[in-house]
Amino acid sequence: MPLLSVDGVRKSYSGVHALRSVSFELRPGEVHALIGENGAGKSTLIKIVTGAVAPDSGTLVINGHPVAHNTPALARSLGVAAVYQQPSLFPHLTVSENIALSLESGGFWRHVDWRTRESRARDLLARAASEIDPSRLVATLSMPEQQIVEIAKAIGADARILILDEPTASLTEPEVESLFGVIRALRAQGVGIVYISHRLEEIGAIADRVTVLRDGQSIATRGMSEVDRAELIRLMVGREVSAIYPKRDVRIGAPVLEARSVRGVSLTVRAGEILGMAGLVGSGRTEFAEALFGIRPDPAGEVLLRGERVRIAEPADAIGHGIGYVPEDRRQHGVVLQMPIAENASLANLAAVSRRGLIDAARERSLARDFVRRLQIKTASLYAETGSLSGGNQQKVALARWLAIHPAVLILDEPTQGVDVGSKSEIHRLMVELAEQGVAIIMISSELPEILGMSDRIAVMHSGRVASILDRTEATQDRILHLALGAAA
Amino acid sequence: MSERRRELSLALAITLFAGVLGVVAPGFFGVENLRDLLMANMPVLIVAMGMLLVILTGQIDISVGSQFAICSVIAGITAKAGLHVAGALAAAALAGAVMGAINGLLIARLKIPSIVVTLATMVALRDGLRWATQGEWVQGLPPGFQWFGLSQTASQAVTIAAAATFAAFVWWGLRHLAAGRAVYATGSNPEGARLAGIEPARVLFVVFALTGALTGIAAGLNAIRFNQIPSNTGLGLELQVIAAVIVGGASVNGGRGTVAGTLLGVVLLGMIGPALTFLGISAYWERALQGAIILAAVAIDALRARTEQHAGLGAPQRA
Repeated sequence: MPLLSVDGVRKSYSGVHALRSVSFELRPGEVHALIGENGAGKSTLIKIVTGAVAPDSGTLVINGHPVAHNTPALARSLGVAAVYQQPSLFPHLTVSENIALSLESGGFWRHVDWRTRESRARDLLARAASEIDPSRLVATLSMPEQQIVEIAKAIGADARILILDEPTASLTEPEVESLFGVIRALRAQGVGIVYISHRLEEIGAIADRVTVLRDGQSIATRGMSEVDRAELIRLMVGREVSAIYPKRDVRIGAPVLEARSVRGVSLTVRAGEILGMAGLVGSGRTEFAEALFGIRPDPAGEVLLRGERVRIAEPADAIGHGIGYVPEDRRQHGVVLQMPIAENASLANLAAVSRRGLIDAARERSLARDFVRRLQIKTASLYAETGSLSGGNQQKVALARWLAIHPAVLILDEPTQGVDVGSKSEIHRLMVELAEQGVAIIMISSELPEILGMSDRIAVMHSGRVASILDRTEATQDRILHLALGAAA
Repeated sequence: MSERRRELSLALAITLFAGVLGVVAPGFFGVENLRDLLMANMPVLIVAMGMLLVILTGQIDISVGSQFAICSVIAGITAKAGLHVAGALAAAALAGAVMGAINGLLIARLKIPSIVVTLATMVALRDGLRWATQGEWVQGLPPGFQWFGLSQTASQAVTIAAAATFAAFVWWGLRHLAAGRAVYATGSNPEGARLAGIEPARVLFVVFALTGALTGIAAGLNAIRFNQIPSNTGLGLELQVIAAVIVGGASVNGGRGTVAGTLLGVVLLGMIGPALTFLGISAYWERALQGAIILAAVAIDALRARTEQHAGLGAPQRA
């Protein structure tokens, strides 16, 4: 009997399908990998299993119990535990307190037995093959140590179904190995493990079976020994890469921006060029972009714009030099959610819509109307709150802001992450349009098809350094992955 | 927009309250009473304009009461030293601006939370003044000081005109100046504002300094109503002002709030004390009633936010 069986599950958020038809099965004592591009529906599937969101239709059977209305508490009582990429521990409490909080029940005034807490924590950590001192504060633990504590919590809760969501994203090689040791030990005890990762090598090393999700559908489930990497990539992408990207050949002009060892990165971008930055999460791409834009400047690095050295200590300096930046986390920093669309669009260039500090409302409106049309932002009004738009349209507003300053350089950090397919191709089309106007574009992306489909050159990052810069003609998914993983190309 | 809704419900509450008073205690609407009421609330209104800006940026300033006391005394001392009343007023404004700038510097540059900074300056300024004056009032003011040397009516008109000008300027500036946009952006999302090229530290500094200056002017305009200046004036002013801004619909988390709302908040809270007297209820209830109004306003906000969430307006984010 399977530990977990999901059948024909559908889920949509305000009209956008996150899951169309997903079936998934987890057996006792197996590591079952779940892979797919960003936005394929992995997170939504996990949320349905853990009870965080309710599916629109479909059946869910956990540990032999048909579950009609799942809740986080019910899922936990049926033996489901999840460890996320970002551990959700209480930083100012000790390890043993954190473990105790998730396991102890009873009244508010129950007696707290510190000695039992400590020894149980020590025992659980030992079962997770770790020697973390239970009396340490969680805030002093490294990221992998925090993940181990999360796993210890799951073990303590007698989890039968353990979901690991990108557990190795921030781990080093030896740390990954020790994590695998823990996973193998749990598997031997009959625990079923759902393992989500982008790293195909890892999946090959640890998984027994693999299920591929694409555009909200489960495409295939295979035994790990039956498939090779090329097959998995084909299943994940599911289409010819070049067909969906509107990349056009643009005449590439003179160098616009040159970075000299900014956070250890040296590279040049030319007018009309799209430079893709590939690499694993944590390989230093965002750090480079943030230094370039003056958010966390690197005093040791040098930035040259059209051959002249410029000093960028604040984002305001960068904007003054015609550099725009769309950050990865648009909901937090890319747009001001409480502000209307029109005000967000003009925020980085209030000078363009105002004279001597006085805002010209008519000019602001016409600027915003122009952007809404050009970017096909779907909204009822120019004065709708930006927070009320869909993710894709919010991202377009974040982009509109930078078009208003007529940038020389535009840095895009994961420009289409979490964006629906329609908006995605509109954003790509706009990038091409900007390149044709001579804007130098740096595009950070973790989606290899996007990198391959949009870039003229590709800088592949590995642990804070540029491993290599490839021309689009010589780049392949495989080659980029190899470089990103630190292996020779 | 939710702000408009708040303004409407406040206007409605004020109208209802006034209606009840009109029936039960028509004496409330006597010219003398209304004039006293108006004059007593002018300082609150002027300081509230600064406080609105502070709260819009997501900060708070609880030192305005102490600043008010110091500025009042400075206005009196400079007038006694022979400065024209206009000069005395300018001295009070300058003193306020300096104190506000110190707050702003500590908050914007050293990034100390504003509640901590202004708690410290509230206590330090108040007790510093007590030590400096030994609790003595400023007396023997020159004849040209009280009422600006004008008739009482004329000086009141000047005061009201000044308050109206400040309110109009803040209203207009928040709407039409790039600086006003920067205030809202800083309060809504400081890091997002920074990425858009706004310098939140500068915004905070200016807003606190401006609040200080407005407090100084309010203190000066208040001082000229009397022929002596108590050294413990402005006690509890900060609470009155913050309450008016919050009741007026500004969010303590910053980014939301309007001048019109604050104006109505000042009116509603200002009416309560005198109205109680006219209704024959002990004035001790004033604070309790004000507290209840603040709680009601904040509770309505929280309830509305909840219903909007349930209606699916805050659709969950797809990962």
